[in-house]
Formats: sequence, C-alpha cells, structure tokens
Amino acid sequence: MPMASADIEAMILAAFPDASVEITDLAGDGDHYAAKVTSAAFADMNRVKQHQAVYAALKGKMGGELHALQLTTAVPD
Amino acid sequence: MTDVNEKIKTVVNSNDVVLFMKGTPLFPQCGFSSRAVAILEHLGVGFDSFDVLQDMEVRQGIKDYSDWPTIPQLYVKGEFVGGSDIMMEMYEAGELGELMAEKKVAPAEA
Repeated sequence: MPMASADIEAMILAAFPDASVEITDLAGDGDHYAAKVTSAAFADMNRVKQHQAVYAALKGKMGGELHALQLTTAVPD
Repeated sequence: MTDVNEKIKTVVNSNDVVLFMKGTPLFPQCGFSSRAVAILEHLGVGFDSFDVLQDMEVRQGIKDYSDWPTIPQLYVKGEFVGGSDIMMEMYEAGELGELMAEKKVAPAEA
C-alpha cells in the first residue's frame, strides 16, 4: 500500500513544525522515497535519535506501508 | 518476547560486528541490506550476519530490540549503530571507520 509523498511530508511537519522537508520519489512508484529533514529539534540528538524521531513522526508506517525511505537528517546552519 | 530478546542479545554479542539483514552477504535479498554489506566489506572489518528471513521471530523482535523499524541493523560490540542510511552517512564522513578502530574491531580474514 503506497503512500503519497504529501502525506509523508505532512506527518513529518506535524511533529517538526520548523522542519524543511525534501522528498524525492526514487523509483516513481510512490513506494521508494528519499527524505531529507532539517530541523533545529535535532540539535541535541545523535543520528540514531534523529532517525528514531522521524520514524516516530511517521507513526509506525515505516517498515510497514512505507517500505523504503532513505532518510537524511540535519540541523540547520 | 523475552525469549526472543535473549536470543537477539546472544547474537548481538556473538561477534564484534553483527549485521541483521535480509539474505546473506553473498546473496542479499534487499538493496538496503546489500548496501550495508558493501560498506562493511569496504571497511575491511570482519562481521557476522544474521538472515532475518530465516527467522520470523527475530525479524519482528529485532525491530523492538532497538526501537528501529527497518532492517538492516548494524551492531558493534553489542551496541546498535544504525541502519543503512546512518551507515552510509557515517562511512562517507569517515566516522564508521573511526568507530571500528576505536572499538578495536578485528579486520576481515583474508
């Protein structure tokens, strides 16, 4: 069951209102995405915690509905 | 639940570097797992792999073990390091090699 990129973006923004979110549909099939999420909320987190926070924002869809999300997280300059 | 946690803990601690993956290093069954293997091979470290496709209990259990929803998962000296995206980021930044050196991980046998 694929997910629209707008839904992914909306879920991430709901959890990180300040974030800039760039989503790329890697295969054009609505099922393989890359996301780059930049948020000040990541400042005090290590990479694992940053990714876990994004997965938490996706409320269990990661690894289920969303098979492939190549994730990059960053803190704004 | 507890049993599978114990089992995972045993696997995690069975080698300095353990990769939970889909398939085997020679025949990875998923692009992300394949990428994780390639990174470890580039680093030239010895590692054990666990094929979660052969064990449904571990396939689910490992997701709860480190509160991480996807596979592959890399463990170094019993500690969860990350999935394939984090491995790639760390590898490109030179951090994964540093971590292996810091943790005194043995090189792969020739």
